[in-house]
Amino acid sequence: MSDTKQSLNRREFFSYLTVGWVMFSAACAGLAAMAFRFSYPNVNFDPEMEFLAGAPTDYASGVDERYKNAFGVWMVKSEGKLVALSNICTHLGCIPTWLPAELKFKCPCHGSGYYMSGINFEGPAPRPLERYKVSLQPDGKIKVDKTKVFRQEKGEWDNPDAYLNV
Amino acid sequence: MLKELINKIADPLYSFPITTFLFYLMMRYYRIFGSKKFGKWALILSVPVIIWFLADPNFILIILFPDNVPIAILLVMVAFFTWFSLHKAAENDVRIEQGLGPIEATPENREKVWSWPNLVYTELFAIIACTAFLVVWAIIFKAPLEEPANPTWAPNPAKAPWYFLGLQEMLVYFDPWMAGVVLPGLVVAGLIAIPYIDTNPKGNGYYCFQDRKWAIISFLYGWLVLWVYLIIVGVFFRGPNWTFYGPFEYWSLYKIVPEYNINLSEYLWIKGLGVAMPKNLILRESLGIILTILYVGVIPVWAQKATKMGRQFYKDLGSIRYYIFMFLFVTMMSLPIKMVLRWLFSLKYIVALPEWELNL
Repeated sequence: MSDTKQSLNRREFFSYLTVGWVMFSAACAGLAAMAFRFSYPNVNFDPEMEFLAGAPTDYASGVDERYKNAFGVWMVKSEGKLVALSNICTHLGCIPTWLPAELKFKCPCHGSGYYMSGINFEGPAPRPLERYKVSLQPDGKIKVDKTKVFRQEKGEWDNPDAYLNV
Repeated sequence: MLKELINKIADPLYSFPITTFLFYLMMRYYRIFGSKKFGKWALILSVPVIIWFLADPNFILIILFPDNVPIAILLVMVAFFTWFSLHKAAENDVRIEQGLGPIEATPENREKVWSWPNLVYTELFAIIACTAFLVVWAIIFKAPLEEPANPTWAPNPAKAPWYFLGLQEMLVYFDPWMAGVVLPGLVVAGLIAIPYIDTNPKGNGYYCFQDRKWAIISFLYGWLVLWVYLIIVGVFFRGPNWTFYGPFEYWSLYKIVPEYNINLSEYLWIKGLGVAMPKNLILRESLGIILTILYVGVIPVWAQKATKMGRQFYKDLGSIRYYIFMFLFVTMMSLPIKMVLRWLFSLKYIVALPEWELNL
């Protein structure tokens, strides 16, 4: 008869197993969290969501492309209203170009066309361009807030935050 | 003069019905199309035509654009293989009518060989030849290196890779959800479903046309007219602002095509009845919704009850297969129907519910 020397009894085995399992799960969870974090960029080159767009007197009547490349916004002044128009096509998210001779925005991807007001009239775009919240700061500068959008088909363009009276 | 005419008829408004008609002729007279004589003369006649096309400065500008050269080569291959398959099918159909059986079933063609070395050697040479070709290609045609991506600027025209240009052309007529998600999804699902829907045992292992006429016609229509033709339009005829340009036209940034698209609901309420658009969304789009339901729901049932071909299909396929087939077929045909409606009536959407992101 061999003297089987048990170095580990059942209770100890389960306590080791528990510790090991918790550590394994924690390591997996940490790895998963790192992988999730890795899927987000370290540096974000997206345009800022809020910016100052000068004073209302800076704008002549019509479409102003000053903030288009940096922030993706057209400042459009017409009929006494100044609005911040998104430059993202409502069809599939391309960037339309402003054609001053024809007074329209034209998308290079599928040919959607918009009037200066942002209303869609040609091509496949299903709805008008979106407008962003504009507000006047105490120092007289315009603040454009891209986190708040106003959609014409939902009747939001009449919202007092959607335009500035100039 | 002739060039102006070609520029004009290349416009999808004309070239799409012409292509469909040519496709009909090709299917109707596949034995003439598939004859060696036709192939030879088509090749001989195409050479001066191609040279004449290439002599045009605007055409050669587009065709020699590095991205477009492989597409031109692929189109030649598509033409050749379409002819080749119909040639083989025509040959076999004549033999089957004479009671000889297809060429592939003759004793000398039933002989079996080992895949090693017969197949593997051929594949090895094909791999080497392709690699050498691609190396030479990569040296001759430089890949364009452009400026860093800018989220607030898009190139004009902004084009997808060539194999997606058919989809991009489709997107001109549909909501992104339809042409970008639903229809491509159904294309893939439909292609997967083919062997389960089409259980016709004829045509296994040999070329034929008569034995599986409708399967070949509907597949080739989807492939040649609704896919390859749209790629041709997207690659060669769509310039800045996705405007149409004829093959001999210079891609001027300043070409203006006046266009004004309206929804079916506006046609009904404003133009037809002369009243304001109803506030209730469902009421506003009721005509479009009814038409869509009729199109998807009633046509398959009507075809099965009232047409001889529908009854025949229903008998051969059984009800489940028949309705799946008809659903896929009707969805496929919605593309040409929508395109024609856009060209003829400037119709934007049949059902337009941008409030719900739902447009058909």
